[in-house]
Amino acid sequence: MSALQTTLRVNDVNVRVHRAGNGDPVLFLHGAAGVSAWLPFFDAVSKDAALIVPEHPGFDGSDDPEWIVNVPDLATFYLDFLEQQNLTNVNVIGTSLGGWIAAEMLIRDRTRVKSVTLLAPAGIRVLGMPCGDNFIWGPEEGVRNLFHDQSFADRLLANPLTEEQLDVRLKNLRTVSKLGWQPRWYNPDLEKWLHRIKVPALVVWGDADKVFPSAYSAAWMKRLPDARLRIIPDCGHLPHIEKSELVYSIISEFRSGLGR
Amino acid sequence: MKIVAFHLMPYRPLDVEAAAKHRSTWVVLPNSFYDPVKGAEEYEAYIDFLVDSERLGFDAISVNEHHQTAYGMMPAPNLIASALIQRTKRVEIAVLGRALPLVNNPVNIAEEFAMLDNLSKGRIICGFVRGIGAEYHTSGVNPYFSHERFIEAHDLIVKAWTEIGPTSFEGKHFNIRYVNLWPRPYRQPHPPIWIPSQGSTETVLWASDPSRRYPFLVTFAAMSLVIRYLNNYRDQARKYGYEPEAGQFGWAAPIYVADTDERARDEAGRAIESLFTDFQRMTPEMLLPPGYMSAASMKSFVKARTALPGTGARPTVESLIESGTAIIGSPKTVLSKIEEVREKTGLGILAPLLQFGMLDDTLARRNMERFAADVMPHLQKP
Repeated sequence: MSALQTTLRVNDVNVRVHRAGNGDPVLFLHGAAGVSAWLPFFDAVSKDAALIVPEHPGFDGSDDPEWIVNVPDLATFYLDFLEQQNLTNVNVIGTSLGGWIAAEMLIRDRTRVKSVTLLAPAGIRVLGMPCGDNFIWGPEEGVRNLFHDQSFADRLLANPLTEEQLDVRLKNLRTVSKLGWQPRWYNPDLEKWLHRIKVPALVVWGDADKVFPSAYSAAWMKRLPDARLRIIPDCGHLPHIEKSELVYSIISEFRSGLGR
Repeated sequence: MKIVAFHLMPYRPLDVEAAAKHRSTWVVLPNSFYDPVKGAEEYEAYIDFLVDSERLGFDAISVNEHHQTAYGMMPAPNLIASALIQRTKRVEIAVLGRALPLVNNPVNIAEEFAMLDNLSKGRIICGFVRGIGAEYHTSGVNPYFSHERFIEAHDLIVKAWTEIGPTSFEGKHFNIRYVNLWPRPYRQPHPPIWIPSQGSTETVLWASDPSRRYPFLVTFAAMSLVIRYLNNYRDQARKYGYEPEAGQFGWAAPIYVADTDERARDEAGRAIESLFTDFQRMTPEMLLPPGYMSAASMKSFVKARTALPGTGARPTVESLIESGTAIIGSPKTVLSKIEEVREKTGLGILAPLLQFGMLDDTLARRNMERFAADVMPHLQKP
């Protein structure tokens, strides 16, 4: 299956969006690498849901408005996005940076959201357990540190970037720096409000995550009022890529337990 | 021409072989490599060296700022400037430069410079820089906002120096309710501001603006680039509708003078290579974190990555001489290269780095004396 690509205008921002499937809406919020490819995970999710994968402002083919300077700005932008698209009962899935955006949305307004799945989310700090420094890693090291199974990294590294991919990568890196450099990958004002995420939540973490150690999950579980945790064995920072089928089945099971 | 004895204060006792096992000489090189007893000797030798340059007839002496590296031992250059003020009478003292975006309240920098200007009775020159990428790793400041913070910090500092307080500053990054400088600067309206630069277009546009006309000092670049960048500045000034003065064109370069070209190369070779390899060694991710420059500039950098010292092919003394990144040779050779740049750019400020890398005190001093005796007088005469 392939996605339908459109560009939406929300406020003053053109956002490129990929859509596939029919059913309940699922909003997938990507991580620091942008939407680099249409993933097998997207095919699985869109079998029985209306999957919406926007490219965040500042990433890929979307505008890079000057007024978006932090993750709370992005989150509030996505609340406008849901409202403008009149989406309700949305199941939000966020990976890494996208998980942080999801959490920032939900502490502000959860009325249009039915559930949230956080895949190794950024956004909070765990004292004494610094996250990996993606900004000091070299390009190859950065890719390798995302995966437990290095064959995923090998495949990604096998092809040199095209001119267009290089442009996108540099654009994404700038935005990633803007959003995640300081404080490094967290918002000091997020954790204290996590109790406001009063929708069913699923937290998924790879046990071999080198970006945010899986022990971060305990801090999320302590604060989220209605959450279940799944630690994925032999898995790095991107469970939906590295253990795509397993993560899809976990999410399906989670969603089927929610009722209509 | 104004001649400025420039110094980086490298930590020469560095165990280079062991240090090479680490990712970089910056940011992550464990400070167990620093021996305070040896380091204290280094400070003493370097300060003596700079103080002596006054006796030898230099117009100014100069230091700079880098953090968490063996490349330079001056995370707080104004402390060194303060020591130099106490031991000199005539020379100007240039801090080239203070990295403005790295601080949370630039009023502190305005205060420090105002103090130094008073302590020296008007001998301080204030270099303003953004700091290289590595400083954003060590300070934690977001490189994405580096340029904005630089401009704002500059505006705030100049306001603090020139407006009678209490006043206030309302910026995007800096909001200071009370700006009321005690002491005010000694030189009025304020001490000179110089802009050391790697030649970026944005900096040329900003520094040459008619309201600023700041001396633009190209640091450590191949001679052809030095000439190009300085002429970019001149062209931009003319576009603004004025003819810049010689005092607006500066060049900082490692220089070594000996009897003959061959002897100079032999004496300086290992040391100059150590500056560009052992001391400057850092990864592209450290040098240019994302957001530090525009996407377009970053792209051309990524494509030309191998051309940059410290990140690509290992430079040799021959390649550094060939490109004119280092000026090494007999007095005649050295003078002719400087004259070439002067003819092509109208150069008015030269900041020779006379101790560099592993160069020992004996050779550094011989170099400085030789430069002062056989090169400098030809440049200083009006």
